Amino acid sequence: MKPITKLAIAALLSGTALSGVQAATHPETGQELAADQTFTYRLLDDVSSFDPQIVEDVDGANVVRDLFEGLMNQDEDGNLVPGVATGYELSDDKMTYTFTLRDNAVWSNGDPVVAGDFVFGWRRAADPATASPYQWFVELMSIENASEVIAGDLAPEELGVSAPDDHTLVVKLTTPLPYFPQMTTHSTTFPAPQKVIEEFGAEWTKPENIVSNGAYVLTEYKPGERIVRERNETYWDNENTILDKTVGLIINDENVALTRYLAGELDRTDVPAGQYPRLKEEYPDEAISFPRLCNYYYTFNLSDSGPEAFKDPMVRKALSLAVDRKIITENVMAGGQPEAYSFTPEAVAGFTPPSSDMVNMTQAERDAKAKELLAEAGYGADNPLSFEMVYNTSEAHEKVAVVLSQMWKQKLGVEATLANMEWKVFLEERGNQNFDLARGAWCGDYNEASTFLDLITTPSGYNDGKFSNAEYDQLITDAKTAEDTTPLYTRAEEIIAEETPVIPIYHYAGVYMMDSDVGNWPVDNVEQNWYSKNLYKLAE
Amino acid sequence: MLAYVARRLLVAVPTILLLVVASFFLMHTAPGGPFTSERPLPPAVLANIQAQYGLDQPLWKQLWDYLYNIVVHFDFGPSFVQKDRSVNDIIAHGFPISLTYGSLSFLAASVVGIALGIAAAIRHNTWIDYIAVSLGIAAQALPNFIMGPILILTFTLWLGILPGGGWNGGQWQYLIMPVIALSTSYMGNIARITRSSMLEIMNSNFIRTARAKGLPTRAIIWRHAMKPTLLPVVSYLGPVFVYVLTGSVFVDMYFSTGGLGASYVSSALTRDYAVLLGVTILYGALTVIVNLLTDLAYAWFDPKIRY
Repeated sequence: MKPITKLAIAALLSGTALSGVQAATHPETGQELAADQTFTYRLLDDVSSFDPQIVEDVDGANVVRDLFEGLMNQDEDGNLVPGVATGYELSDDKMTYTFTLRDNAVWSNGDPVVAGDFVFGWRRAADPATASPYQWFVELMSIENASEVIAGDLAPEELGVSAPDDHTLVVKLTTPLPYFPQMTTHSTTFPAPQKVIEEFGAEWTKPENIVSNGAYVLTEYKPGERIVRERNETYWDNENTILDKTVGLIINDENVALTRYLAGELDRTDVPAGQYPRLKEEYPDEAISFPRLCNYYYTFNLSDSGPEAFKDPMVRKALSLAVDRKIITENVMAGGQPEAYSFTPEAVAGFTPPSSDMVNMTQAERDAKAKELLAEAGYGADNPLSFEMVYNTSEAHEKVAVVLSQMWKQKLGVEATLANMEWKVFLEERGNQNFDLARGAWCGDYNEASTFLDLITTPSGYNDGKFSNAEYDQLITDAKTAEDTTPLYTRAEEIIAEETPVIPIYHYAGVYMMDSDVGNWPVDNVEQNWYSKNLYKLAE
Repeated sequence: MLAYVARRLLVAVPTILLLVVASFFLMHTAPGGPFTSERPLPPAVLANIQAQYGLDQPLWKQLWDYLYNIVVHFDFGPSFVQKDRSVNDIIAHGFPISLTYGSLSFLAASVVGIALGIAAAIRHNTWIDYIAVSLGIAAQALPNFIMGPILILTFTLWLGILPGGGWNGGQWQYLIMPVIALSTSYMGNIARITRSSMLEIMNSNFIRTARAKGLPTRAIIWRHAMKPTLLPVVSYLGPVFVYVLTGSVFVDMYFSTGGLGASYVSSALTRDYAVLLGVTILYGALTVIVNLLTDLAYAWFDPKIRY
């Protein structure tokens, strides 16, 4: 949140109080603000929880980020800015972080937010008794004793986090972790109100019980219908918060949501696949698209259960070359998604994926090269390549799969049969290597290339294709502690391009219908970690 | 009669128990589990979570604990997916909503459907019949997942007179579209069944006798034809009543009512075992009760039936 002058606050307050009489203006931009500062957006489904240590879905994390505040926040561009902590110091061995907490942070019940609340929250996240699905995140943060606490070998009190006084939080790591401070914007690391949790148990997140320290408090939750959060008057930066209320309406069907948006019931909704060009033409100010930190790809099964043909990198490369990504991004998805030639999205901070030889070729050249490679590998009219490609049931995935199989058939004479599966079945089958070629996608947990490159290392739990390359694994391991990760990540991407364990198809875009009255939506925050307190509504 | 009811209720207990056991094992044979996720959880984390929900126990033990908690504490357990809510919570919130718009839809479908059917039958082969039959067929061809988007487009976007979704404690503005969407196709079916049933009855011997002794048509219809006409309708209405509650997933999805139908379907997809079983038991019990009521209604409609 940017600082604003007292004069502007006065103008804002009087504007709110005497709505219509004297319009408030934004302290920095000078734009006239709407009298009703309510932001209404579409949620796909009920959230998994309002408990910061339990929540595991993206929509839920967006709500929790408004209700609770961690050590650090992100600004509109995804940069780190102070939250409850005013700053931090890193020890010389880069293994100890000391955070200084502000003294004016309070819970919504008036209690001060102290370092002990973070200690409680972090122990709680690691404690087996909490059964948090994000226990692994504490492990990923490399906090001392995290693995032992999670495994139940040590008591949660042994976790490497302590509060020497109310405004100092000390975290001990097992290994230097350059992006550790970024990780403190994640909901798992938010403080937790011990007293309230102990008083109400599992019921503590009910609107009537919940106590939180963020810019908003949960005022209404109607499952399957709506989630309402309203301004927290006790929040330390309340006077710089403009938006009064954020309403999430749960609408499962994206087309219904779009209709309700067009009827003026929503300020933001998602654009269904393929509808962006039409909407952009009709509503040029409202249809927006921006890159996001997610990739979409197909992974080869390289394990013993996979087809023999895929063991040959030439076959894999041929299939990747023959994919005309432009057709998929422009005609199938049509939402401004970037074409993908690297595994890591270009939107990632601090790293530009190298442009592989494929990027500089025309599609005709790629197709010719693909035919050549496939023939060299021994596949052709007399020995046609055939395999099955699986994806989870969804209209958009199906469209992409159909187009891919057609491209391969027409250009290479390859027979790819399609099989769709219900989500849980798909995960089970892919996880057990019961596939030839499978769809995959990943959104970064944090804005750093390793969140993607980690996925296909040999020990990774997400490496369903069982790609294994010793050099690659070493590069990723080295990168954890390297001063300059760029050469390591560049080489890693080069290996992916050479070996082609995956076929990157496109990188995601955030494709929204956004009311032009909504101010300051963080389009440049590729993780789309948004904070209601940074938004405002302009007068019509 | 009372003995009959008691006997039926007694049989209901093992029926529901069988349903629970069968659902329980079927559910566990479905691939994946509630904690299968895109990023597989590390074994230690998965073990902690499974222990929390008792999923580390052998299946028979899980089933036993589940039944024990229901019978002794009336506790259907926590949801595995919506971590802040228990199954009791989910049912207590969603069922009254489903019941409200479900009952209204049932009422609308029955009243309008039966009226249309009777009008068509007694004015057989006239323009009234043709209109009623056309309306009935059109309604039958409009299942709720077609009606939902059409209604929202019409009333919310074009006319702008109704909110596009939500429940708001069941205010009438929020009820209109769900009720129309859910009742339309049933209304069509009911009209068709009523019409053919009435036509058959009107051509039967006892009606001919009534006509022969000079009773006016009105009296024939109300006093003699009505009850037997409604007999097949009632046997259709019983299951429909349960369907309008269970089949309301599209209404919940399109109109964001917060009803139980959406929870039921999503619990199956996310393998939220506790919610899936809890709602199955509820719907199972409801089916048993409605079937019993339907059977009792037969006795009233057809004097030949005695219990």
